[in-house]
Amino acid sequence: MNQNIERSIHDLREMDALASGDSMVHRVSAGAKLLVTVVYIGTVVSFAKLNMTGLLFMVLYPVLLFTVSGIPISTCFYKLRFVLPLVLFVGVFNPFFDRTPAFAIGSFTVTTGMISMVTLMMKGVFCLMASFLLMATTRIEALCGALRKIHMPQMLVTLLLLTFRYAAVMAEEVNVMTQAYSLRAPGQKGIHYTAWGSFLGQLLLRSMDRADELYSSMLLRGYHGEFYYAETKKRSSGDTLYAAIWCAAFLAARCVNLTQVLGMTVVR
Amino acid sequence: MIRFEDVTFAYEKGKPVLSAVSFEIGKGETVGLIGANGAGKSTVMKLLLGLAGPGAGAGSGSGAGNTKNTGSGRILVEGIEVLPKNLPQIRRKLGFVLQNSDNQMFMPTVFEDMMFGLLNYGMSRMEAERRVDEVLQDLGQEKLKYLYNHKISGGEKRMAAVATVLAMDPEVLLMDEPTSALDPYNRRIIIRTIGALKQTKIITSHDLDMIYDTCGRVILLSDGKIAADGPAEDILMDKKLLEANRMELPLRFATCV
Ligand SMILES: Nc1ncnc2c1ncn2[C@@H]1O[C@H](COP(=O)(O)OP(=O)(O)O)[C@@H](O)[C@H]1O
Ligand SMILES: [Mg+2]
Repeated sequence: MNQNIERSIHDLREMDALASGDSMVHRVSAGAKLLVTVVYIGTVVSFAKLNMTGLLFMVLYPVLLFTVSGIPISTCFYKLRFVLPLVLFVGVFNPFFDRTPAFAIGSFTVTTGMISMVTLMMKGVFCLMASFLLMATTRIEALCGALRKIHMPQMLVTLLLLTFRYAAVMAEEVNVMTQAYSLRAPGQKGIHYTAWGSFLGQLLLRSMDRADELYSSMLLRGYHGEFYYAETKKRSSGDTLYAAIWCAAFLAARCVNLTQVLGMTVVR
Repeated sequence: MIRFEDVTFAYEKGKPVLSAVSFEIGKGETVGLIGANGAGKSTVMKLLLGLAGPGAGAGSGSGAGNTKNTGSGRILVEGIEVLPKNLPQIRRKLGFVLQNSDNQMFMPTVFEDMMFGLLNYGMSRMEAERRVDEVLQDLGQEKLKYLYNHKISGGEKRMAAVATVLAMDPEVLLMDEPTSALDPYNRRIIIRTIGALKQTKIITSHDLDMIYDTCGRVILLSDGKIAADGPAEDILMDKKLLEANRMELPLRFATCV
């Protein structure tokens, strides 16, 4: 149990480490990456539910980004291991509801329900990968800075940032407390239900105390409501180009079924 | 430079933590604030910083804010009273090393933590980075620069916390138990650093040898009252006084008695 918590603290902090990496993708400004991610997700979601072959082409974006950023795709799936089943579950009943035959492979009839199921799953996985890539290649401070630039309310952005920072603090407190508990309750799995109340109460108090001190220590160093965000670098033409090229590519993939076009040329 | 005028303070009604505390600290003085656990040392610092008491919006004068905190008396930093409206001005002058460094560092890396304050006060990135390098070098902690705060040891974190505060070049340095959790080597560095700094300093500690090495004057707190205030030699060699307050002679004197 402790190991689980320790691992999730590690996971949280690890995102920071990934995001502090240095690659071509990391160096693109947060604003450009945010825009591309939003457009990507928008495009992916807007594909028709039977347009599986068209959607297939959209996989190029995450694949390319994984390659260039040097982040192993396995890391992504490992970090998303708890969310992934949920996303995959969404379309699972489609084949039962929609049994219209689409085409046959040998004696096996593929129904439109099956196709829409796969399309839905692909959409989910693609969107997850894109969001993960954004988080893994962009520092949270830079991301919040970008959100501020597009005039997201300061309150909201600060909240997002502090949530991210404090989540780790709270997890650390849980870890310390479960360790202290299990040392005094050997051979006991987890925490006995009679102790849950006081455990939770303590956790809340301790986390609040720490959050309070952390906040004071920010105040003492000149923080006055507006966070200074890591990224102060000006947007360069490279960033504009990055965003423009990707958006154009997504649009093209959405309007023309590139997989089919490619298939035709090969067949010819 | 710093004045406490008859300060009485309680976190909760009926349980005074400080009662009628008065003292004055001159510019450039280094003062050791000692006393048993719970004597109120950290509280003195919090009051000064406006994290509790009148500065945080409690007490007799202002009435607003946290009604649980009660207090009276005045606290002044260079003639400016510690009140909510004066806080930005006052806090710019003060640098505070927290008792728990875990709560001091909130950015992912040491470097960014050090930059945070400097950039907040409008320093340019280049200037700020130069300052960061300078301070780390003075402390002999260059290796910490790009390390992650969650991956360094307690002692290293303390050194990093001291570095973040020194980088801001405060006029007054408040250090709450700076040498706890440090190995002898880093403890020496802190002592040397404190000795080399020209600022006004208030240091709390149970490490009386360190206090003796760094402070010319000592204030002894006992149950929220000043039990003694005077030259470090006098107080730190007074075995009776120290023992009456749950403390022991610094090791160097203990052997010759
Ligand atoms: N936030 C708080 N709320 C209520 N009581 C507190 C709080 N902080 C400290 N105290 C109490 O005030 C007294 C002095 O605490 P503190 O100044 O931290 O002591 P020291 O630093 O000398 O060990 C202690 O008895 C402590 O229990
Ligand atoms: Mg204390």
